[in-house]
Amino acid sequence: MISSNSKVILEVRNLSASVAGIEILKGINLTVRSGEVHAIMGPNGSGKSTFSKVLAGHPGYTVTGGEVLFEGQNLLELPPEERARNGVFLAFQYPIEIPGVSNSAFLRLTYNTQQAHRGGEELDPLEFNDFIQEKCKIVEMDPSFLDRSVNEGFSGGEKKRNEILQMAVLDPRLAILDETDSGLDIDALRIVASGVNKLMTPDNAVIMVTHYQRLLNYITPDFVHVMRRGRIIKTGGKELALELETRGYDWLDDEHQKAASV
Amino acid sequence: MSTTLEALINRPYEYGFVTDIESDAIPKGLSEDVIRLISKKKNEPDWLLEFRLNAYRHWLTMTEPVWANVSHAKIDYQDIIYYSAPKPKKKLASMDEVDPELLRTFEKLGVPMHERKMLANVAVDVIFDSVSVTTTYKEKLAEVGIIFCSFSEAVQHHPELVKQYLGSVVPSADNFFAALNSAVFTDGSFCYIPKNTRCPMDLSTYFRINNAESGQFERTLIIAEEGSHVSYLEGCTAPRFDTNQLHAAVVELVVLDNAEIKYSTVQNWYAGDENGVGGIYNFVTKRGLCKGVNSKISWTQVETGSAITWKYPSCVLLGDNSIGEFYSVALTNHHQQADTGTKMIHIGKNTRSRIVSKGISAGQSNNSYRGLVKISAKADGARNYSQCDSMLIGSACGAHTFPYIEVMNSTAKVEHEASTSRIGEDQMFYFASRGIGGEEAVSMIINGFCKEVFNHLPMEFAVEATKLLGLKLEGSVG
Ligand SMILES: Nc1ncnc2c1ncn2[C@@H]1O[C@H](COP(=O)(O)OP(=O)(O)OP(=O)(O)O)[C@@H](O)[C@H]1O
Ligand SMILES: [Mg+2]
Repeated sequence: MISSNSKVILEVRNLSASVAGIEILKGINLTVRSGEVHAIMGPNGSGKSTFSKVLAGHPGYTVTGGEVLFEGQNLLELPPEERARNGVFLAFQYPIEIPGVSNSAFLRLTYNTQQAHRGGEELDPLEFNDFIQEKCKIVEMDPSFLDRSVNEGFSGGEKKRNEILQMAVLDPRLAILDETDSGLDIDALRIVASGVNKLMTPDNAVIMVTHYQRLLNYITPDFVHVMRRGRIIKTGGKELALELETRGYDWLDDEHQKAASV
Repeated sequence: MSTTLEALINRPYEYGFVTDIESDAIPKGLSEDVIRLISKKKNEPDWLLEFRLNAYRHWLTMTEPVWANVSHAKIDYQDIIYYSAPKPKKKLASMDEVDPELLRTFEKLGVPMHERKMLANVAVDVIFDSVSVTTTYKEKLAEVGIIFCSFSEAVQHHPELVKQYLGSVVPSADNFFAALNSAVFTDGSFCYIPKNTRCPMDLSTYFRINNAESGQFERTLIIAEEGSHVSYLEGCTAPRFDTNQLHAAVVELVVLDNAEIKYSTVQNWYAGDENGVGGIYNFVTKRGLCKGVNSKISWTQVETGSAITWKYPSCVLLGDNSIGEFYSVALTNHHQQADTGTKMIHIGKNTRSRIVSKGISAGQSNNSYRGLVKISAKADGARNYSQCDSMLIGSACGAHTFPYIEVMNSTAKVEHEASTSRIGEDQMFYFASRGIGGEEAVSMIINGFCKEVFNHLPMEFAVEATKLLGLKLEGSVG
């Protein structure tokens, strides 16, 4: 969906970050333009979730170097809630449960906070109900989930679907989907993927973290990046995902090392 | 009568009530003379003086309880002034003179402007004059025969009622602090709901506040005659400051056949500063007697203030089919300590009780639930359900649950559930990643946690209480 007048949404330059004193990200570079879909793949523990959380502003991670520009603005100086209001959205690999807080009240508060920030109209509970019913259709979510506490007792797949429902409500400029496909059954994967496709416009962009080529059959990436040991060691087109599926990651390591030592 | 005592009695009259505080108070310390003096100043009947003296003599034989999960420096009971003449609070000319911290709190709580003035003791304009509000209020109650007045007024105008019920639920020798209160209480509230009368409005201490400080030993007595109903609100969300550190109140409720008292409290006494310096010690004895058949007492409390809270609103379920309820939110932050809970004493047949306790601890605070469910031998078919949930904010605070269950009847059914949860960084981050900042996130989580209790508060009280909790926790998360 890349159009000729696409703009740079995200610019990551030489980003490094640590947690609990351990350096996890070791110089990440990434440019995302509007209308683009980027897939990030890589072995367990390579830093994909860390990268996602650092972009969203998790306070547990310390940025130790580099910079991140979001729509030209220094993203790293903003607290996480302001990043979100500006249009950065993270769908969590492990969405947390919030007992006692109703899903619909939570969604309405997030929506109204967003609207207030954008100068848009806020919705009262009745208006919001109409609005959210429509959004539920995008991910084919049963509205009964709205009356339950946020993620409490949701199955793994239901939690993932709820994340994309939130994405639909917030309409972010940049959505980072951390393994949204894991835990989804075959039908749910198709439904959620088609939901994400419906939410794509020429003005927004998606970064998808995934282990499986399968998701990429539904959402076609413009770029596939391979992360390993806190670095992006290779970038290619969607055919790279197919290659990884057959060859694994080790060959890349050798290739990367060779390139580095030349 | 000793000459010093005589001199003491006379002094206030010499100087009147507008002299400065020092000269108008009796000396520090407690003795029979001091008690006689208090009783005399209040023009009390002899039986009440006897009540006080008996309590005092018993108190002398008692020792301060140490079982509560709180700690504080030793209280010197001879270093307290037990009586000072009602002194008018200093009136402020405009809101500009009010403590900015207090103003900020009002702002946050959304207290309406005229109430802010009243609470901050700024002279109020004609329309919202507190006196006129109080008067209309009183007239309405008088129409249906409800008595709602200060305890001192009740002693003067309804001595037979006071005599019949005072100490009937909390005997003067009940515990150390109740005995102390019985000996030296200065004022409080009295409320009498006649037979088959439904109180047309929530009775609020707010409308009973006169311009004098309430005093540190308050006494409240509420009587609901057969088939009557009343909802009573105590306290308010605005912070209350007091120069007296020790507060030991006694509240007694008596409910006759088919009657009901719903007693709601929002307590926001000064809690001391962030380092735990200052703050009120709140040692309260609250107990209700479900004396009649099918009677009901429901306690709802939101405890957010005081440096130390020691409080167990209880129900004695004497009448068959009577019901006791306790819904509580206790929040502690910084260095606050709370040891609170309830006692449900089942005596009558088919009596039922329900306990829902929500403890929230933040900072370095300590929050304990202590509850007794006692089913006596004759309480056939008694039932209790207790639920105690704790929420921890941060890692330096503590939550403790001490349930005591004594069952002497095999037909009884007692259920107890407990849970502990923590507001962690990841929950906060989840909210943040959806654009919701720390304060709002906490208030949403806390609100969800306390929903079951707030549902039992009168509407505006619930709204204010929600905001109050948020305010109290400001800065304690993330
Ligand atoms: N709080 C922490 N303390 C110590 N190590 C951490 C912490 N958080 C992450 N790590 C480590 O950082 C590395 C990267 O973790 P991350 O979750 O980013 O990996 P990932 O690429 O998302 O893996 P997966 O594919 O399994 O989801 C791992 O080795 C992990 O153990
Ligand atoms: Mg991960």
